[in-house]
Amino acid sequence: MDETAALKTTPLHALHVSLGARMVPFAGYDMPVQYAPGVLKEHLWTRSSAGLFDVSHMGQVTIRARSGKYEDAALALESLVPVDILGLAENRQRYGFFTDDKGGILDDLMIAHMDDYLFVVVNAACKEQDFKHLQDHIGDSCEVTLLDRALIALQGPRAVDVLAELWADIAYMKFMDVRHCRLHDVSCLVSRSGYSGEDGFEISVPADKAEDIAKRLLEHPDVQPIGLGARDSLRLEAGLCLYGNDIDQTTTPIEGALEWAIQKARKTGGVRAGGFPGATRILGELDGGTTRRRVGLKPEGKAPVRGHSKLYAEAEGKTEIGEVTSGGFGPSVESPVAMGYVPTDFAAPGTTVYAEVRGKYLPVVVSTLPFIKPTYKR
Amino acid sequence: MLKFTEEHEWLKVEGDVAIVGITAHAAEQLGDLVFVELPEVGASFSKGADAATVESVKAASEVYCPLDGEITEINEAITADPALVNSDPMGAGWFFKLKLRNVGDLDGLLDESGYKELIG
Repeated sequence: MDETAALKTTPLHALHVSLGARMVPFAGYDMPVQYAPGVLKEHLWTRSSAGLFDVSHMGQVTIRARSGKYEDAALALESLVPVDILGLAENRQRYGFFTDDKGGILDDLMIAHMDDYLFVVVNAACKEQDFKHLQDHIGDSCEVTLLDRALIALQGPRAVDVLAELWADIAYMKFMDVRHCRLHDVSCLVSRSGYSGEDGFEISVPADKAEDIAKRLLEHPDVQPIGLGARDSLRLEAGLCLYGNDIDQTTTPIEGALEWAIQKARKTGGVRAGGFPGATRILGELDGGTTRRRVGLKPEGKAPVRGHSKLYAEAEGKTEIGEVTSGGFGPSVESPVAMGYVPTDFAAPGTTVYAEVRGKYLPVVVSTLPFIKPTYKR
Repeated sequence: MLKFTEEHEWLKVEGDVAIVGITAHAAEQLGDLVFVELPEVGASFSKGADAATVESVKAASEVYCPLDGEITEINEAITADPALVNSDPMGAGWFFKLKLRNVGDLDGLLDESGYKELIG
């Protein structure tokens, strides 16, 4: 993108500025990377209390079958994702991804079954392309609408109590439940999910009501605003992929270790096996394995190993075997953490590989993900 | 004598040796530091060469050698506890001592008022 082009803003932009946020360009938006306390304290606050994130830059889309039936919308979307959408219970959400004909990942997304329609959240940088993808492939049978709404994430162990003061029923929601509700008399769509590894909620709010809702949430002593910097370190500790870093069109879901998101119905032998772009390759890899895998990487020393660092088989850095896709310091684990791709032969936890950092080859140990214990309320 | 570079290093000069660190402004801009890599004692650097590395949660940054010289001492307290750079950047958070090749080069650096003007 042309850096001189005007950046877009979310409905919470003025609030971020008034709260003293340091703003940076992200996916074409002027977004808060951190507030006065800084990334470290914001990260730890989210893990111990409740952090408020503006994720309004992400795309919110509804998909309604022209027939009016949920089943028709579900089957249409199943032609683009390897996820069981028909079997998704009402008011439940699932993680999934759009794939291409070669089995690469076009974007990852959250898919919710509302009464007779699907509510989908996609990444900011991909939303126009995703919208077109949906229009082009299922536009004949479905009405696809890109919504103009804000999205606020409240993440952390205190999030449920903060929101229960506004809507008591929220406490009965389980991880990945989605409900319509009213918060301060504003009609919202709430899911018990997020991208921090913590219990928490994402709240879809009409754009013109977003600032009011956010301000009221921030009045609570347990809630602090949190920037994209801490969002990145939180999701990295939780072992969650960032599209464009850890997964993209050059990685398949199986290479990305995302096979858990492909339900039985869509796998070989399932009732609706295949039928999505790249199914031959993806199901082939699911059955026969891949040559490389995304793994957790724990540097042995104190030096953070960043994204794009090359990985080698030996301490002398002779044989390049892969690359770090995300890496940094994990404030909760109090050490550097990273993720990256290694050949399957090197993917077993406990295997030592070497990352090139400023001309040195630092030992990093393949580790199980996540680096922290998630606190989802299943 | 206290001098500053436009790259946000400070130098406290005693004779021909300068104690070098990063300014409070730089420490604030970098955010909470979680890792510091210092040069080896005895290493020589030219002005502007990468002499040390600091890393925050988010990103790595280089600390440049402010003038030509040789490292005579390093502050291992900040490699053990990088947060010292944030809490006391102009004191306990110093980086290294540099024996200057040419003391006269100091004239080309900023004084305190010049640096304050730079950071506005």
